[in-house]
Amino acid sequence: MSHVFTHRPEFERELPPLPALAEPVSLSRARRLWQRDSVRQVVVLVLIAIAWELAARWAGNDLLLPGFLQAAQAWWSDLRNGELLTRTGASLSLLLRGYALGVVLALTLSALAVATRPGRDVLNTLTSLFNPLPAIALLPLALLWFGLGSGSLIFVLVHAVLWPLALSTLSGFQGVPETLRMAGRNYGLRGMRYVLQILVPAALPAILSGLRIGWAFAWRTLIAAELFFGASSGQGGLGWYIFQSRNELLTDRVFAGLATVVMIGWVVERLVFDSVERLTVRRWGMQR
Amino acid sequence: MVATGPQERAALAAAAAVAVPLLQVRDLTLEYRSEHKTIRATHEVSFNVQQGDRFVLLGASGCGKSSLLKAIAGFLAPRSGRILLDGKPVLEPGPDRVVVFQEFDQLPPWKRVLDNVAFGLIASRQCGKNEARGRAAQALATVGLTRFADAFPHQLSGGMKQRVAIARALAMRPRVLLMDEPFAALDALTRRSLQEEVLRLWAELGFTLLFVTHSIEEALLVGSRILLLSPHPGRVRAELNADGFEIAGIGSPAFQAQQQRIHRLLFDQ
Repeated sequence: MSHVFTHRPEFERELPPLPALAEPVSLSRARRLWQRDSVRQVVVLVLIAIAWELAARWAGNDLLLPGFLQAAQAWWSDLRNGELLTRTGASLSLLLRGYALGVVLALTLSALAVATRPGRDVLNTLTSLFNPLPAIALLPLALLWFGLGSGSLIFVLVHAVLWPLALSTLSGFQGVPETLRMAGRNYGLRGMRYVLQILVPAALPAILSGLRIGWAFAWRTLIAAELFFGASSGQGGLGWYIFQSRNELLTDRVFAGLATVVMIGWVVERLVFDSVERLTVRRWGMQR
Repeated sequence: MVATGPQERAALAAAAAVAVPLLQVRDLTLEYRSEHKTIRATHEVSFNVQQGDRFVLLGASGCGKSSLLKAIAGFLAPRSGRILLDGKPVLEPGPDRVVVFQEFDQLPPWKRVLDNVAFGLIASRQCGKNEARGRAAQALATVGLTRFADAFPHQLSGGMKQRVAIARALAMRPRVLLMDEPFAALDALTRRSLQEEVLRLWAELGFTLLFVTHSIEEALLVGSRILLLSPHPGRVRAELNADGFEIAGIGSPAFQAQQQRIHRLLFDQ
């Protein structure tokens, strides 16, 4: 069967310049505020605080559940008399030392693993052995080896950071596109320069997520470890503050300590990691 | 167009360099080995590239043309045979043989366009930071991307990324510029404008080009000499001249005749 086309004339057109675009309609101030995640999160937090205060008033037992206002008061007074600051400082200085050591070890191990086959075998075996082991479970052994004090804590902290970070760094290295590797070698990059100028930046999304996980593990491990010793090490950290306050039945201070732990975790997560991500991998279009 | 035509220039360059070809490939056999089997990519392939050539490796997929380019770039060690650049054997990757790949991720996403172009110069220690940025800016200007010097690669279109990749390669002034199906991932209109761009740059700068493609038309347009490879494994089927075919002459009888000849050589085995 054949189709008969009706005759249609052809045409060509000169395109005139386009009219200017209309200004985009701007949202109202309130709508714009509501669009921001942080604003909505604050609203949720306020709702939780109100619910907590109401529940505490209804329960009417300061020993089991002090209200939000009472806990906030305890937090404020211990912040002002410097107790919370010293405790936090003790925890953070320990944490940073352990974290830094863990990060250096993890990066070294994964660089060795990506460069050599024996290195990869060693790292794979070690991570599959140690990654499922909670760092805190090594504390008794650490105490035996390093005694009471910061040595044992740093040992468990390194353990908490090292394996998850090494694992995600190695998988980041292995995920670097072949073309990018070849481009780097094409420029004559080799050895450490190749790792630092090609592999590390290309694997940065994975490395950053490893750093995040490592941070969360280390922070939890530290607080948990401090819960069962701290007095003997001379200066206790936040975990010890929580444990001590419970012993003295100062439940509002227990809540103040917990809130501080949460806040520090949140600040590092949002201010440090989110900012680093925004300035690097998001800006480079490597992560949305 | 410059004062001397590209043909004349090529003829002069060829005459001067006939004694020692810029790039010699001798009986090159390439293999990929895995635990279970060995795949032979090319079998005893030989050819010469003269200074100023636009030398095209053309063939269907599986003819080992990309493997040949990788071996010349130094990424793939030959099973047997030799590759000589300026009479010296090629042993490893180096900045004297810069590759423009097909994939867009050849540009490090963490470097702005200008830094991306300067990166190769700095990393290969050809020049210091300031000089590298100067040469990079110049190279960007030749591909018309000066306006995007501060953009990150992910903000560019595919065609612009390939332009950056070409600028980056040209800035390094390699002995031979290697292109591995550089326009295969682009749409037809962008591909055509980049083909024109490569020819314009070649006429302007007079580099030596080794170009891999699977498109007969592209080979005739871009190349001055074409090496035809038969597949499984790659062997040399023919070496033809392609000088004098221009984009304006795509429909001409001479162009079509050469196109049909290549088609016959590739498919009527």
